[in-house]
Amino acid sequence: MKKIVWALILIVLIWGSLFAGASPISLKQLVNGNSQQQLIFLTTRIPRTISLIIAGATLSICGLIMQHLTQNKFVSPGSAGTTDSARLGIVIVMLFFPNAPLLFRSFIAFLFAFMGTILFIYLINFLAAKNKLMIPLIGVMFGNIFGSIATFFAYQFNLIQNMTSWLQGNFSTVMKGNYELIYLTLPLLLITYLLAYQFTIVGMGEDITKNLGLNYQFIQLIGLAIVALANTLILIMVGNIPFLGIIIPNLISIHYRDYIKNTLLLTATTGSAFLLICDIIARSIIAPYEVPVSVVVGILGSLIFLSLLLRKEPL
Amino acid sequence: MIKLTDLSKKYGVKKVVSKVNLSLTTNKLTAIIGPNGAGKSTLLAMISRLVPSDTGEIFLDHQSLKTWKQNSLAKKLSLLKQASSFELKITVKELVEFGRFPYSKGHLTEVDHQKVNQALAILGLKDLVNEDISTLSGGQLQRAYIALVLAQDTDYILLDEPLNNLDMKYEVQIMKTLRYLVKELGKTIIIVIHDLNFAASYADEIIAMKNGKIFKSGLTNKIIDEKVLSKLYEIPIQIQNISGKPFCLYFN
Repeated sequence: MKKIVWALILIVLIWGSLFAGASPISLKQLVNGNSQQQLIFLTTRIPRTISLIIAGATLSICGLIMQHLTQNKFVSPGSAGTTDSARLGIVIVMLFFPNAPLLFRSFIAFLFAFMGTILFIYLINFLAAKNKLMIPLIGVMFGNIFGSIATFFAYQFNLIQNMTSWLQGNFSTVMKGNYELIYLTLPLLLITYLLAYQFTIVGMGEDITKNLGLNYQFIQLIGLAIVALANTLILIMVGNIPFLGIIIPNLISIHYRDYIKNTLLLTATTGSAFLLICDIIARSIIAPYEVPVSVVVGILGSLIFLSLLLRKEPL
Repeated sequence: MIKLTDLSKKYGVKKVVSKVNLSLTTNKLTAIIGPNGAGKSTLLAMISRLVPSDTGEIFLDHQSLKTWKQNSLAKKLSLLKQASSFELKITVKELVEFGRFPYSKGHLTEVDHQKVNQALAILGLKDLVNEDISTLSGGQLQRAYIALVLAQDTDYILLDEPLNNLDMKYEVQIMKTLRYLVKELGKTIIIVIHDLNFAASYADEIIAMKNGKIFKSGLTNKIIDEKVLSKLYEIPIQIQNISGKPFCLYFN
C-alpha cells in the first residue's frame, strides 16, 4: 500500500516536472500534433526530467556510500573534498585543454575527484579523529583548500564567471544532445546495488569487515571510485547541488535503518523526488524566469539539515 | 593447530610483544591472562592477521598465516575484539547473519539460516532478533557480537575480553557456552580474560603474559598457583579451595 502511494507521488512529481515551465504545454496539444510543443517537450522537458531523476538518485546514493565507507553520518561528497577536487580538475582542463571533448574533460575531473577523496580518507585515518563531527569539518577545510586553488587559477585566467556559471547547479540548460553523459551513472548505481551487502559490512568498521574475510581497502576503493565518478558526472552535467547527499540518506536511515539492501531503492527515489520538487519550485517561483535549483535545494536542504541536527536522538 | 615462533611487535619504540614462542592446543579452551599492557590483545590481533607482526611467523594448521586466503581464513578463524562499536542501525538478526558472509556472500541458504538461528538460541537472543542493535544494553550487544562470531562457525574462535559489560548470569552463561563449543563441537577457543576465577574454573590451559613475553603457560592448575599469580600481578594473591574448585582472593 505504502509502495503504491509512493509510486503515485513520484508519478505526480514527474508529471509536474514535464508540464511546468516558461512555455505552457498541454497533453491535449501534444497528442493533437502541435509540433512546437512537441519540440519543447522532447528536447527540453523530457531530458530535464530524466536528469533530475538520475541526479537526485545518484547524489543520495553517493552520500549513502560515503557515510558507510567512513562510518560517519555527516560525510557526503560535498564534505569529503570530492566536489572541490573535481572542480579543481575542471579548472585545470579549462586552462590546459580548452578544446578537449566533454568525455576527456569529465575523465580528468573524475581523476581529481578520485585522488582528492582518497587523500581525504587517508587524512582522517591519519588524524584518527575520535569526535564524529571533526571528520566532516576536516573534509570541509580540506575541500576549501582545493576550492581556493581552483579559484586562484580561475581568477588569474579570467575563468571565474565561466566556472561559477558552469558549476552552479542548474537544470535549465539541460537539453537533448548535451545531457546524455548522465546515463553513465546508471551502471554505477547497478554496481552499488550488487555490492549493497558488502557496503553494509564495511559500515561496521575495518576489524569486523576483515574478520568476515572481506578486503576492506578494496571495497573502500571501489566505493570511492563509484562516488567520485558519479559525483563528477553530475557536477559536469548539472553543477553543484548541496546538502542532498547528507539529508536524504539520513532521513531514510532514521525511519528505515541502515541495511543498505532494504534502503537503496528508497534512498534513490526520495533523492529524485526531492530534487524534482526543488526544480519545480525553482521554475515557478519567479515564472516565467527561473532561479538555479541549487538555491532552492540549499534553502530547503539547510532547513532539513538543521532539523536533523536538532533532533533528540542522535543520527 | 596454531604455532607462534619468535613473534614480535613494536608500536613506535615500545615493544608490545617480544619473541613469543607458543603452541596452542586444539580442541581446548585457552585463557590468556596478565596485567594491563602485557600484549594480550596484540597477540590475538596478530594471530587473526588484523595486526601484522614485525618479526616471527604464525602457523595455522601447519601453513604460514601469511599465505592463507582472506576468505578461507574467515571460515577457519574468527576474532571478536573488545569494544567493537559502530553506529549502524541494523537488527540483531541482520548482524548475526553477517557472520555467514564467508560462506554465503549475502545469499543465505537453508544451512546459513540454521546456523544463525542456532547462534541466536545459544546466546539467548531469540526475543531480540528484530531489535535495533543501537537500542541494546551493553550486555545484550556483547551477546549479539558473540552470536555473530558463533554463526561464522570457525574452528578457531578468538575472543578479546568477551565478558565485558555482562552481568554474572551472562558471564557464567557465556563461559558455559564456550565450554560446550569446545566439548561438543570440537572448537578451539582462545580468550583474553581478566577475571582469574573464570579462567580457573573454565579454562583447560592458561597462558600468563607480562611485558610482552610469555610469563608462564601450561595446564590451568599449574598456573593458578599462589606464587605464580602473585609474581605475575605483583600483588599478594591467595588461593582457597571451595567445593573442590580453586578461588583466587586478591581484595586485600
